[in-house]
Amino acid sequence: MTTDVTTDAIPAAVATRIPGERSRGVWRTVKYVLLILFALVILLPAYVLFVTSFKGLGDATPANAWKLPESWETAGWSRAWEQLGPALGRTFAMVIPASIISSVLGSMNGFVLSKWRFPGADVVFTLILFGMFIPYQAVMVPLVQLMSNLGVPSGVPSLIVLHVVYGLPITTLIFRNYYAGVPVELVEAARVDGAGMLRTYGSIILPISAPAFVVVLMWQFTSAWNDYLFALFFSTSRNGPVTIALNFLASGQLQDYSASMAGALIASVPTLIIYILLGRYFVGGLMAGSVKG
Amino acid sequence: MSSTVPSTARRPRRARGRIGGHGWVAPVLLILPTVIVIGVFVYGLIGSNIHTSLQDRHNIGPSQGFAGLENYRDLFTDDDFIYSLRNLLLYTATFLVGTLCLGFLWAWLLERKARGESLFRAIYLFPMAVSFVASGVVWRWLLNNAEGDRASGLNRLFGTLHLDFLQNPWWTNERWGILAIAVPAIWQLSGYVMALFLAGFRGIPEELREAARMDGASEWQLYRHVLFPQLSPVALSAIIIIGHMSLKVFDLIMAIAGQTNYTTQVPATQMWIEFTRGDYAKSAAIGTILLVIVAILIVPYLVSTYRQERRR
Repeated sequence: MTTDVTTDAIPAAVATRIPGERSRGVWRTVKYVLLILFALVILLPAYVLFVTSFKGLGDATPANAWKLPESWETAGWSRAWEQLGPALGRTFAMVIPASIISSVLGSMNGFVLSKWRFPGADVVFTLILFGMFIPYQAVMVPLVQLMSNLGVPSGVPSLIVLHVVYGLPITTLIFRNYYAGVPVELVEAARVDGAGMLRTYGSIILPISAPAFVVVLMWQFTSAWNDYLFALFFSTSRNGPVTIALNFLASGQLQDYSASMAGALIASVPTLIIYILLGRYFVGGLMAGSVKG
Repeated sequence: MSSTVPSTARRPRRARGRIGGHGWVAPVLLILPTVIVIGVFVYGLIGSNIHTSLQDRHNIGPSQGFAGLENYRDLFTDDDFIYSLRNLLLYTATFLVGTLCLGFLWAWLLERKARGESLFRAIYLFPMAVSFVASGVVWRWLLNNAEGDRASGLNRLFGTLHLDFLQNPWWTNERWGILAIAVPAIWQLSGYVMALFLAGFRGIPEELREAARMDGASEWQLYRHVLFPQLSPVALSAIIIIGHMSLKVFDLIMAIAGQTNYTTQVPATQMWIEFTRGDYAKSAAIGTILLVIVAILIVPYLVSTYRQERRR
């Protein structure tokens, strides 16, 4: 797992083979034309978002759809900020505790399921894993009932609980796969020295877990930040996260395109920053979550 | 609960798993909170949801009694629900084919160190850091259904490029509207599939390529007969991941078309609408049907994964 796709050296001998030199040149050209074409297509929506967000109210018309703004205005951004600001704060307040708690629990589970096993560990793991795949619609009706019976307030508190609970399968999976790659001897040595389970976890496993924690925290942060389904059932536009506020802003009767587009950008900034800074780990996290380690 | 469980007496027992000999009480205690929580929030609630779906409970009040499978019978004889299922199927097929083809193609193009590889990779991958709600804002605009002079979004772009024949009513088309929702989904997740395939390519030992070249294989033969077959486990993972995401599609439709739009209706949006109406039994029944559809895809995968684990 955590395959790093960037560091991969290709033997120079392969790249400089003589036969088929011409067809290789054609192939290279085709390849780059395709790569650039696809990149442009992928960036098209980003262009629209950016450009439209700076247009004035009269400028965001179909006729000017693909043009640059007549004058670059920030009114759309301030209208969006007004609506999304409080929701942004709530989203941080929800996402940070939710990702930390589910990561810590996932780490302990992963340790127990890979390096300090008990009879039936594989069955337990498979049963936990199933929770990752269920459509939440299949539990939503009784879940709403359960949460209100438990007295968890709507909004941030409910969403923290839900993101921790339903995050557990994936955090457990990633940590388990990560720890599976840790040499058994490390754990055995600690055991021979008379260290108990918690000592072994705290002094051997936890100190080498940083890379897995980065991946899992990023994963949990992004998925909780981008969640809309739980937010819709367990919050309102007054106490809900930024996805709710953004949808509220964008689907209003008055189609305020520049504010909606600015809002979409504002709502995406935290995850985009994380992605740009830690993108390599992100890819690693994807691998862990899908290709079995 | 430090793990000083007296395990000396049982030392000679057969080692289970990779390490044997330690007591199993301590690890069980450590994982118990998760097991309980998952037991309640996943399995308990699934059971409770099925129970609700069998009740005569169509408004906010308590159940009016046991209804058996009536709610399911009602759904499967309801043209609207059949239409939802059809939409879901079409959407999933398009989404799967689209992301797998594009993701595979991109990975193949980038597989040998291409110049600027990390830049291309970042561009292809960035949409997946964005929420469906945020991308829905721009895609609703891009997929505007006006044509001709009033055209906006992509239709406008097609008009400007003299590709008018490409103009279409997008998600408002009753037959194929749902496919328009697959377009942003493919835009968003092809990069993810690319990353999977790229890791697959990079995981193939260099000796395999060398050996094939020694045997005189052409570049195409090398890919066709040596490298591509190595990628089938990756393809399977991608199908499972994308497939189960696809069956849960909800956010994108809410953000682009809204909950009341008929042409983009799927079980998940219907489930939400029935819930807001207070028809809990019907809502629960739709949820259960979705679960069964996803389970058909997932359970064989989980079982085979479990068997592999046992063999290791």
